[in-house]
Amino acid sequence: MSDALGIERPQAPFGRRVAAVTARIEHGPYVSLTVRDSGGPRPIAGQFYMLQTVEDWGGGVDGRPYLPRALSFARVEQEGDGLLLDFLLEDVGPGTHRITELAVNDEMLIAGPFGNGFELNAASWPILVAGGIGLAPIVALDDEIRDLDGVRATIFVGMRTNEHASAAAHYGLEHELATEDGSSGVRGYVTELLAPLLSAKNADHVVYACGPPPMLEAVRSICAEHEISCQLAMESGMACGFGACFGCVVPTHDGYTRLCVDGPVLDGDKLDTALVAGAGH
Amino acid sequence: MIAFCGIELSNPVINGSGTFDALAARRVFGEAFERDFPFSAYVSKTITLEPRAGNPPPRLWELGQGMINSIGLPNKGLARFIDEDLPEYATLPAPLIVSIMGFKPEELVTMLQLLDGRDEIAAIELNFSCPNVKTGNIVGSDPVESEAMMTELRPHSTKQLIAKLAPSTSRPDLVAAAAESAGADAISLINTLPGMAFAPGSKEPWLGAGSGGISGPAIRPVALGQVARVASTVRIPIVGMGGVENGRDAAALIDAGATLVAVGTENFRDPAAGNRIASELLQIRGDRVATV
Repeated sequence: MSDALGIERPQAPFGRRVAAVTARIEHGPYVSLTVRDSGGPRPIAGQFYMLQTVEDWGGGVDGRPYLPRALSFARVEQEGDGLLLDFLLEDVGPGTHRITELAVNDEMLIAGPFGNGFELNAASWPILVAGGIGLAPIVALDDEIRDLDGVRATIFVGMRTNEHASAAAHYGLEHELATEDGSSGVRGYVTELLAPLLSAKNADHVVYACGPPPMLEAVRSICAEHEISCQLAMESGMACGFGACFGCVVPTHDGYTRLCVDGPVLDGDKLDTALVAGAGH
Repeated sequence: MIAFCGIELSNPVINGSGTFDALAARRVFGEAFERDFPFSAYVSKTITLEPRAGNPPPRLWELGQGMINSIGLPNKGLARFIDEDLPEYATLPAPLIVSIMGFKPEELVTMLQLLDGRDEIAAIELNFSCPNVKTGNIVGSDPVESEAMMTELRPHSTKQLIAKLAPSTSRPDLVAAAAESAGADAISLINTLPGMAFAPGSKEPWLGAGSGGISGPAIRPVALGQVARVASTVRIPIVGMGGVENGRDAAALIDAGATLVAVGTENFRDPAAGNRIASELLQIRGDRVATV
């Protein structure tokens, strides 16, 4: 099945399936969780899964969580006849809190892979831009790029502190780093690394980015200024992940677009802004 | 088999309107979805005469026992629905019930006339959660409005017509009886209950439209109460819905008098919830599901 960008997307098995946690590693305030998926196809970078825990899903702040949480995978590896899927999380609310407290052998219910994923243009020099846990699909995309001959990406990572940045080191990403507090790499936002490279205009670039809405908006606007195409992996409050609820829409030049089935990766030139109400909740 | 509005259904579990986009699901899940189609009949998203973009985001607020949505009935309008979607819906492995809403009776009359000759459609659900533009009363929560609307619409359709009530009434039985007396073939209830939420740390509403509709287990007791009350009054079949998560919840609505049970918000948590609930229901009740 091809989507609007013409990408062949893997088809999700119908329904949910149980996936046990096989590893849990903390990177400062972030947690990466690996789960074993025995039932799904190999996803492409930028696709996501709907996750909930088998036990105690509910009973947190205000009785939540109730709905599953949408998370892009960071890394996929074949293991026997199944897959190991790696997710990167920060505890920012009742859903991510419950998932980040899981231990090895605890079980989740997962559905997916959903969404379109990035469309890698191998003819141009890819620039990957990650902010915070937006690192996840950027790691996945870099893994895909490393499998190609003759293509290497320039990768910029923005984090709040060097503690957060340890996640990028964990995934073995060859990157340039910016931290907001200057505790590692360049002090400031990741877009301060991106802007000079695009200004130099010395290659045919495509930018692939994932991060908080203000970062995505800064990336979109810099790319628009330099007439460089960018693909933004976006986020919105999402109930279902498969097109049923119409809750995750963002305004685009084609009207309200469901991020779950027509995203989460959108072309920057389809947007007036990447600052979407309801994201990051 | 269960007889409902002239259709034979393999089990009592269908979907609530607007809680499952079967065409999107077919794109996402492919053949497995059609093979294991989760509902014995499929209810479309509500269609209006003119296209609607829907409400500005954010559209969702999570609750401990459900959610509040302000989706705003986005749809491509009746003409494009008939041209583009109806042929696709016709290939689904379940009878099709089309949900429609009109902001004026004339709109609904036009829609019923345009849909009447379409053999793909097994029945039409009238979403009565809209206000009468003259009186401001919600049609589906007011017996007088409901009877007047149904009386006006009935002569314009040979299809089975299901009146979907609005839950903001203390007397759903009177509303249902009024719709029945004016020619409704079935009643469905409950729709979402109105509610709102503040943005975290703020006195501003979170939802883009200001307020929205509450669904999920939070409203299950309301659904059970209203279905029981309506069932004690009308003779036509009832589609009961509201917070059904499992076979036990579905069995309770059937015990309260529903012929069919619709699954809504649970579809968001489990795409195959319809199949699971139908099989749990079969285990609980065996063949004791009523045939009407």
